[in-house]
Amino acid sequence: MSAIETILVAMLAGCLRVSTPFLFVSLGECLTEKSGRINLGNEGALVLGAMVAYAVSYQTGNPWLGVLGGAAAGGALGLLHGGLCTLARVNDVAMGIAIMLAGTGMAFFFGKPYVQPSAPQLPSIPLGFWSDVPRIRSALNVSPLFFLGIAAAFGLYYIFRGTRMGLRIRIVGDSADAARALGLPIERIRLFATGAGSALAGIGGAFLSLSYPGSWNEGLSSGQGLMAVALVVFARWNPLACIGAALLFGAAGALGPSLQTVGITWGYYLFYAAPYVATLVMLIVTVAPGRALAGMPGELSIGR
Amino acid sequence: MTAIELQQAASLPAPARDADRFYPLRRAAEAVVFPLAALVIALALFSVFLLALGKSPGTFFWLVWRGAFASAFSLQNTLQRAAPLLLTSLCVAIPAQLGLVIIGGEGAVLMGGLAAVVATYPLQTAPGWLLDGLMAIAGCAGGGAWIGLTGLLRTKRGINETIVSLVLYYIALAVFNHLVEGVLRDPASLNKPSTYAIPPQAHIPSLFGTELHPGLPVGILACIAAWVLITRTTTGFAARMTGGNMRAAQLQGLPVQRLMIGACVLGGACAGLAGMIEIAAVQDRANSSLAAGYGFTGILIAFLARHNSLAIMPMAVLLGGVGAAGGLLQRRLDLPDASVLVLQGLIFVCILASDTMYGRIGWFQPARGRA
Amino acid sequence: MSSSHLITRRTLLAGAAGTAAMAGLAPRAAHAAGVTIGFIYVGPKDDYGYNQAHAEGAAAIKSMPGITVVEEERVPETDDVEKTMESMIQLDGASLLFPTSFGYFDPYMLRMARKYPKIQFRHCGGLWKADKDPMNAGSYFGYIGMGQYLNGIVAGHMTKSKKVAFVAAKPIPQVLININSFALGARSVDPSITTRVIFTGDWSMAVKEAEATNSLVDQGADVITCHVDSPKVVVQTAEHRGIYTCGYHANQAPLAPKGYLTGAEWHWATVYKMFATKALAGEPLPNFVRGGLAQDFIKMSPYGPAVTPAARANADAVKAEIMKGGYAVFKGPLKDNTGKQVIPAGTAYPETAIQLESMNYLVEGVVGAIA
Repeated sequence: MSAIETILVAMLAGCLRVSTPFLFVSLGECLTEKSGRINLGNEGALVLGAMVAYAVSYQTGNPWLGVLGGAAAGGALGLLHGGLCTLARVNDVAMGIAIMLAGTGMAFFFGKPYVQPSAPQLPSIPLGFWSDVPRIRSALNVSPLFFLGIAAAFGLYYIFRGTRMGLRIRIVGDSADAARALGLPIERIRLFATGAGSALAGIGGAFLSLSYPGSWNEGLSSGQGLMAVALVVFARWNPLACIGAALLFGAAGALGPSLQTVGITWGYYLFYAAPYVATLVMLIVTVAPGRALAGMPGELSIGR
Repeated sequence: MTAIELQQAASLPAPARDADRFYPLRRAAEAVVFPLAALVIALALFSVFLLALGKSPGTFFWLVWRGAFASAFSLQNTLQRAAPLLLTSLCVAIPAQLGLVIIGGEGAVLMGGLAAVVATYPLQTAPGWLLDGLMAIAGCAGGGAWIGLTGLLRTKRGINETIVSLVLYYIALAVFNHLVEGVLRDPASLNKPSTYAIPPQAHIPSLFGTELHPGLPVGILACIAAWVLITRTTTGFAARMTGGNMRAAQLQGLPVQRLMIGACVLGGACAGLAGMIEIAAVQDRANSSLAAGYGFTGILIAFLARHNSLAIMPMAVLLGGVGAAGGLLQRRLDLPDASVLVLQGLIFVCILASDTMYGRIGWFQPARGRA
Repeated sequence: MSSSHLITRRTLLAGAAGTAAMAGLAPRAAHAAGVTIGFIYVGPKDDYGYNQAHAEGAAAIKSMPGITVVEEERVPETDDVEKTMESMIQLDGASLLFPTSFGYFDPYMLRMARKYPKIQFRHCGGLWKADKDPMNAGSYFGYIGMGQYLNGIVAGHMTKSKKVAFVAAKPIPQVLININSFALGARSVDPSITTRVIFTGDWSMAVKEAEATNSLVDQGADVITCHVDSPKVVVQTAEHRGIYTCGYHANQAPLAPKGYLTGAEWHWATVYKMFATKALAGEPLPNFVRGGLAQDFIKMSPYGPAVTPAARANADAVKAEIMKGGYAVFKGPLKDNTGKQVIPAGTAYPETAIQLESMNYLVEGVVGAIA
């Protein structure tokens, strides 16, 4: 294989492996932000979800129960954030950071006994059965959570576009005044969207601990939850675009190691930063001065 | 904390002021009582957590007292940890006057520290005071430019400053690592890649023979200066007016864009200065230790202080104290380090949630409001 | 444990150091029967890697009568570590401190050693210099590169693709010695074997380590080892991909029951017991302590089930040679992977050679580069 092919295969594999947590967290963040609230605490939900998923999988022997546990733990943290932000004058950006700290703290604290044992992992789907090339076979060993994430993206897209619930979330997110005029329960809808969003982030964490890299330790997350905030902007609050953004971030993450394998060893720190540069460039190129970002919910505190 | 409120009280219509002379004091009390009550609640929750683990909360409080405040050493420990946080909090609190939420102060710390080191490269034999001056200017410039870029993108292109500052932090970290382990690396820094050390005469010693961090007086001065700027000058008033209602400020003909960029540059300069002091007084060279999270903790302190530059000081001391006591908790109660994270998380959540109480208890409100 | 194998360099000055150490410890020994020893870790104590290896060593002396161990984990390489050391001295009465992370040494531990001349400080790493550093400080380290050489021999026998791999954190001498030793071990079996290396740039980055491992497996590597803080992710990912692994820092066999071949492990209990025994007896503590396989400073994990008899025989034979002392992995003529000669013919560097501690090349047969 030529160097270019090697990099392409590696980036494809990286896409499929690394992107899933990005996808779940960005979908969760997207859902929350659509209701007009921002949640930086999703990093905490991701880490707590990863720990709980690993612990449940180890205790019960069933990794799917682990995924449920991760979602529940993330969701609980989201409800806490959502509930506290319901109180008047509580700032959601700052509270998110506090929740992130509390969530990672709890995950590290209660995760101590699970660093050493190996928990049962989620099975992966061998989509590369047709190929004789081992690296393609392994690249196409895809976690079922990846497809669940894609399905969730389409599901969210449909919910926002075609259902009453989605419409209500969007109205609440775009204009609290309009929502009030329509008699919508603003705070309850936001609470639901924040809880559900963090539950998705928790599933992203479950992917980290039960699929890839498939391990629990305190260095598991490298800030995927925080990065999701940038990713959602990148995706313009569109769940389908979140898929593309997550794949792109995943591929960019795989770029650094694969470049080294073909002998490009200069500046790996800079290659590791590629996704952020891409986000910044995207923002600069596509945002027009004097008007809000297309697709941005009007009630979002970071938009005001 | 009282000053802004005093200023606001002063701008109230005269009759209200006359009718309730003690209102300013009561508002000040409000700003003290709620965070303190929240702190008590957080500590109570943590005590429950400890009890559930079979540890004694009594021992915990005694250890916090001993580890953070009880002796000269412990107090120094607390203040040293608080010192860099004063400046990084200003990186959030100053732009916040205009309604900007900057969360990328850590990037400014890195850029400021790196710029400060590089500034000494051509002048190895210059006198220490000159080098320190140059380093301070370079640190402020590096940090100010980095956050200023955020402000520029916000005002000129309308890109959200919160996201840009976060993305710029990640980029700053990559650039920092790339340079420190690349062109700026001292080949003699074998197993911990670092830049060349600053010349020894540029090292800032501890204050007056004590262990006090030189960043402490700088941070306190900066907080006071920021308070004066924000509450006692026309520029500060214009900034707060912009933060309150941007449209109105624009209609009044205030230079909103310039104010925004200025606040970002100033905040970034503070964080950059924190990076410079960390280099000049503590680390002597730039390496991965500079990314110690001071910028991120600063965000929380600024919010805990409700962006009041004077309130930043007690909040930074509170956080410094938790950090100072954390080690003793590990050693004496046999708790893992994560328990300190849990405690910090509880404190932050409770104090931030207590924001909702402002204005809800009648006694703290103006007499007219209560009537 | 005899002191004969403690390699102390600069013998003349070491005598002076001994006197200083005596002076430091004597008064304490007169007052108290026991000795309090502080251990400081940069990461969690249970990371399946570097910090766990030290914590296991600390645990081995906890039961010694008269010894009190105090520990603190996740202490960053900033002035926080100074305060942790000071807190252990002031509040816990520690008289011997082991800051175990590389970045703790300069300037933090040196500063504390100058401030507390009666307290003994021993740092894990290769940095203490008799001619310029305080005499109540010192350093200890193990020749773990020899373990990686044995890893390489086993890997060389087990690889079918003739490609072995190494996931490394940063291109620093300690890591380069390990990469090169591993590569030379493999090439001693078959000179056509190549070693691919990927630097992740950080000591603990789970997803990057997994990506690097996968990337190396995709390149055809079928035996892998690593030098990052926690090898857990690399070992698990390799097992998942069905290739062999050699461990590092601690025994990771439970994580890879099929693919684990052997591993280079620290055995710090030897070092800590030696220091603790001497401290209890009031004897001077050596300043510069080094040891390898023969001194039981490092050890090899038991062979995994997959290791062939030929591989065992070869590795055991070389290990026996190493145990005799003076065995040189790095000997001339040796070229780096750009074709430049780095060790001339006729020169041999045994594990004790100081030249190895500033290694800045990758040997022939390693695919990769130091950025």
